Amino acid sequence: MIRGLAVNLRVVGALGRRSVRQTFRRPQLVAPILVFPTLLLAIQTGGAGGAVDLAGFPDVNGFLDFMLAGAMIQSCLLAGNSGGIALAVDLEMGFTDRLFAAPISRFAIVAGRLAGTSVLGIVTAIWFIAIGLLFGADFEQGVAGMALMVVFVSLSAIAFGALSAAIALYTGKASVVQGLFPLVFVVLFLSNAFFPADLMLAPASQIAEYNPISFIVDGIRDQVIGGFDAVVFAETVGAIALVGAVSISLSAVALRRRLRLGG
Amino acid sequence: MPAIEVTGLEREFEGGIRAVDGVDLEVAAGGIYAFLGPNGAGKTTTVRMLTTLLRPTGGSARVAGHEVIAEAAAVRRSIGVALQEAALDPLMTGRELIALQATLHGLGGGEGRRRGGALLERVGLSGAADRRVGTYSGGMRRRLDLAAALVHEPRVLFLDEPTTGLDPVSRKAIWEEVAALNREGATVFLTTQYLEEADRLADRVGIIARGRIVAEGTPGSLKAEVGHPHLEIGLAEGSIERAEGIGAAFGRLQPARDGKVLVELEGGATQVARVVRALDDAGLAVESLELVEPTLDDVFVAKTGEHIEAGASGEPAAAPAAADGEGSARA
Repeated sequence: MIRGLAVNLRVVGALGRRSVRQTFRRPQLVAPILVFPTLLLAIQTGGAGGAVDLAGFPDVNGFLDFMLAGAMIQSCLLAGNSGGIALAVDLEMGFTDRLFAAPISRFAIVAGRLAGTSVLGIVTAIWFIAIGLLFGADFEQGVAGMALMVVFVSLSAIAFGALSAAIALYTGKASVVQGLFPLVFVVLFLSNAFFPADLMLAPASQIAEYNPISFIVDGIRDQVIGGFDAVVFAETVGAIALVGAVSISLSAVALRRRLRLGG
Repeated sequence: MPAIEVTGLEREFEGGIRAVDGVDLEVAAGGIYAFLGPNGAGKTTTVRMLTTLLRPTGGSARVAGHEVIAEAAAVRRSIGVALQEAALDPLMTGRELIALQATLHGLGGGEGRRRGGALLERVGLSGAADRRVGTYSGGMRRRLDLAAALVHEPRVLFLDEPTTGLDPVSRKAIWEEVAALNREGATVFLTTQYLEEADRLADRVGIIARGRIVAEGTPGSLKAEVGHPHLEIGLAEGSIERAEGIGAAFGRLQPARDGKVLVELEGGATQVARVVRALDDAGLAVESLELVEPTLDDVFVAKTGEHIEAGASGEPAAAPAAADGEGSARA
């Protein structure tokens, strides 16, 4: 049993490495994860920086400080989406049959993909922290806060990646998973990722208030603009755990269904 | 103990489509079994069930002594699988793919690298091992797929249409490798649409049509079921009528092309030497001799009324049988 676990962990590691390599070898997968969010960050901080003067806007040293968390979560949502697309491509070309025919836990195949997505989450978090440092963002919580941001983004990437994986496993079609791309922006704009929920108009403000992404963004943003808040921390962990539990359960169900129908 | 035992295997898909409808077969350990049939006959569905990728809806199957549903993990440990179309990631290198396959089968890094290196050498891909698979030719992909299937030294090897779409040189290379693996002790179960592939490689052939096995046996016994070899004699000089008279002593005369005599050799191909001697004794000079053996396609025609055609394009398909006996191969 211990040997079986060790083999499955090695498989998860190997599939995770493959997933990361696959992303960096396919420019069309890298672009949405790093390039688009960086461009959006640059455009928004350059063009909408005056928003910080609005009444009710959080107390920040600059718009970049506020926007970093949104860029990170956008990036990790898109990393999750890319992971789902890559899994669907594997299903379409039959590569998953190679994995299903191996003496491993079948969920290790999904876990491997999610491991790769979590590494991409780490990469994007570090990327945006570096941009923040380069362009003068104040990280109020210092190095510990930065480390916590990386952990939150990485775990969020797993949670969102599992949702894309579930859709990939359910449909087996890359085009369907790719079709979720615009939905990522809808979900983001209906959260506090790019604008404070308090300053939005109803019903967007009400949706943003309960959107789990808002809770995750709060926890990441707190490390830049605020002090450590145990409630925000707990809400962030809870939101990631809730999204993760639901999405991982859905991906497990979708995997079982696919295996029952024949890969 | 047989390497593969299948009894009444069935698979019905949604909508009541029965892709495999009561297949029974047995493959002896150390044998090569060819599953021959046209597109859509049920070959791939059968292989997917035997390799635990698809649950049967009826019947039972044991592979390497393990039941495919109850002992699926044990089956997967015992088998190597190279599926149709060589499903390889074009972004990986050959070496990365083999290393991944080794990890999937629980081999440690050092052991995986050692076996992977040896297998890449064996299939002639050492020089291309660090190139991305997307740059490989069809033949190289199939050889890589074969190497990947062998990394854990499986007892039973499943090859689903291993040469479909390959050029003749690549096809021959795969055949040689499969034969070599079999000599080394592996049991091989291969599906194919190619008559020659089944005929040359397999010691037993199962012919499948519409989800059912319509004939099974050694290639020789199957061909013997549908008739005797035909000998076509061309004369340099002398009377056709006299040659026909001699030929008739060895079997029934058949309609022949102009200037030729065609005899169905009821005593089999071993009669050829006697026919030639008889013609010579009668003073008839033989210009050409052609032995036309029945083929597995003739068996397929006899059982289903259709041909399995393997055209020059390499795109075989089932086609209605014509009355002229096309599909016979000349030996």
